[in-house]
Amino acid sequence: MDLRYSAQHRALQEEARTFIQKHRHLSPKTGGGRKRPDARALDWQKLLLERGYFARNIPREYGGFGRPVDIMELAIIAEEFSNAGVSPGIMNQGISMLVPTLLEVGTKEQCVRWIGPTIRGDIIWCQGYSEPGSGSDLAAAKTSARVEAGQFVINGQKIWTSSAHYADMMFLLCRTEFDKSKHDGLSYLLVPMNAPGIEVRPLVTMTGRAEFNETFFTDVRVPTDQIVMGRGDGWHVANVTLKYERMLLGDANKLTYRLARAVELMKKTTLDGCRFIDIPEYRERLLKLQGEVMASKYHGLRLMTEQAKGEDSGVKRLIVKLNGTMIAYRLSSLVVDVLGAAGLAYEPVGEAAEDDEATTWQIDNMYDIGLIIGGGSSNIQKNIIGERGLGLPREPKSAPPAVRA
Amino acid sequence: MEFGLSEEQVMLAESLGGFLAERLPMGKFRTVAESGSGFDGELWSGLAAQGIMGIMVPEEFGGLGLSLLDAVVAAEALGYHAAPTPFAAALVMAPLALMGSGDRAQQKTWLPRIASGEVRIGLGFAGMSGQTGEAVGRLDGDRLSGRITAVLDGGSATHFMVYLQDGRAALFAAAGEPGVSVTTHRSLDRTRPVTELVLHDARATILGAANDPKAAATAVLDAGRVLLAGDTLGAAQSMFDKALLYSKERVQFNRVIGSFQAVKHTLADIITILEPCRSLVWYAAHAQAGPPAEARLAALQAKAHLGDAGREIARLSTEIHGGMGFTDLLGLHYWFKRIAFNRQLLGAPERCRHEAAIAQEWVS
Repeated sequence: MDLRYSAQHRALQEEARTFIQKHRHLSPKTGGGRKRPDARALDWQKLLLERGYFARNIPREYGGFGRPVDIMELAIIAEEFSNAGVSPGIMNQGISMLVPTLLEVGTKEQCVRWIGPTIRGDIIWCQGYSEPGSGSDLAAAKTSARVEAGQFVINGQKIWTSSAHYADMMFLLCRTEFDKSKHDGLSYLLVPMNAPGIEVRPLVTMTGRAEFNETFFTDVRVPTDQIVMGRGDGWHVANVTLKYERMLLGDANKLTYRLARAVELMKKTTLDGCRFIDIPEYRERLLKLQGEVMASKYHGLRLMTEQAKGEDSGVKRLIVKLNGTMIAYRLSSLVVDVLGAAGLAYEPVGEAAEDDEATTWQIDNMYDIGLIIGGGSSNIQKNIIGERGLGLPREPKSAPPAVRA
Repeated sequence: MEFGLSEEQVMLAESLGGFLAERLPMGKFRTVAESGSGFDGELWSGLAAQGIMGIMVPEEFGGLGLSLLDAVVAAEALGYHAAPTPFAAALVMAPLALMGSGDRAQQKTWLPRIASGEVRIGLGFAGMSGQTGEAVGRLDGDRLSGRITAVLDGGSATHFMVYLQDGRAALFAAAGEPGVSVTTHRSLDRTRPVTELVLHDARATILGAANDPKAAATAVLDAGRVLLAGDTLGAAQSMFDKALLYSKERVQFNRVIGSFQAVKHTLADIITILEPCRSLVWYAAHAQAGPPAEARLAALQAKAHLGDAGREIARLSTEIHGGMGFTDLLGLHYWFKRIAFNRQLLGAPERCRHEAAIAQEWVS
């Protein structure tokens, strides 16, 4: 155990603080991220990339900063940005999920072509995974891509495609090998969203906003080289992406940041003249969550250390999503309770919604349930933890629904 | 920067764990445990051979001079095997107290005797630990009076140490001194007793060399909290391992019960609670050598969080064993009670969280 900062780490911390002090007026608002980055966000992103506060370990030839991996450096940067309440850069599915996937299993050519514009925020990606008939049973995907005249021709439907209404590209899991078994018949394609035959229909969620969509494919054509790994490797690639998605969804930095906001709010908000932080029942909830956030934070550091050493963290990694999304939900629930009746006025659509603190927390609180379900629901996570992590036997094979007489 | 155990610490965990597994088969374990004294001479000598006695005693006084994280690694192994032996107070908190509050001569007198296994010090706090029960101590010159219940590691103690409200500590022999009455009760946790001290003008050695006596006392108390959290971590891991094994062996409806989602999901819930606990406990141990504000928060939150997590894991693991889990036959209850004991000693979760709020200046 060695959590000391070396001289080099202290220098980086100092450098980050100076940078934030000097440039914080340029930072876009934190949070949100459910729309296309505006000019302000793109300029901020460019600045972070130039200074190495974003994509720090991605090779220079792919548009990153090219520093060797040092988990302490990443932790320092995340902490300084989070403490200062300035944006750590763009978070989206392309950056957090597709980019690491390409780095892990993509070709050099694909990395050169896609990573740079993705981390700059110029290309926005959406994820084509779930279908109406295959959600938790993701490998049952029916959307098909048949090869005709050197092109994949895609037909079918995807659902829960967040950001499809403004995305430029989709990473798509679809069936290309029709003579192979369920898991071996899938491929992972990269599809431009402006291709003829794609139709995106917004899907309004419980928040009252259209945060995701249904996406329909009718004879959509893409070149056959727009594939990650080979035909039939889609399930493997999809799971590489899911690994990163689940780490993202359980991110402890988000929990730390959110806890800090909850503490601030409870110090300034009062009930009958008494600060919430002074009311034992509310404070106990906050403190209990603080303990859980701390445990998650150090668990994250432990995983980062193991990752840097090239060790397989096994079940320790598999629990991150289940753990993190549940704590996030309980934190936003506490805040919603602190806001109480004063936080019930709710108009979630439009720019005003983004500026209203109570509305944003109410949206977050419901969106947290979406995150508990998305990326493999908590129930599915528990199957994965039990089966892959703990070596428990799988459920017995399919039980078809009973036929009614 | 590296977050994790060193190779030496992994080896310590493995060798101590292997030793305890060999020395404490269920039959032997039950015999020692039911005596209720929390002590077995044979086990104690074996632990001495393992080098555990001097784990916190500096090398110049004949010990190993290791860190609190090493001690927590040992506590985890002891909790895993529910080892009926003094440890937290006798071998960690007492040497820390001597280093923090003793003068040079006192250190020279006591530390080598702790490291050799000759002296076992039981430890109590007169009114600052957050425990329920009596905790009153008065010092008149070098004469100590008062009554302190649920003193830690008192079952076979050769000496006792009592921290007073002002942060000084009083050290005295367990037997043969006028004014010292020691009563040890078997506890809910048969592997460790609770001891009650009643003192009437008992002559004591005073440890009063700390620059800031209260801070020194708090540091020892917080180290104890981290150790109890580490012990709970080990006990909870043990209960989980037993439940996982049982779920892979027990057959009902022609299937091992671990193939049912109801059981599988419960096991997934347990491991999801348990693994982050380990990181928190390690961090809390490490943080005790750092800035006091961070050290306090980490110790208090580790004690509180492991208290609650331990209780939840103990219940769920027992449930997975079904009726067998409720019987005495499996002996699973020893671990359940070990966790329950740790929860109440040195401040239960709610009390520790309250103290954490004060330590962070959220409330005054």
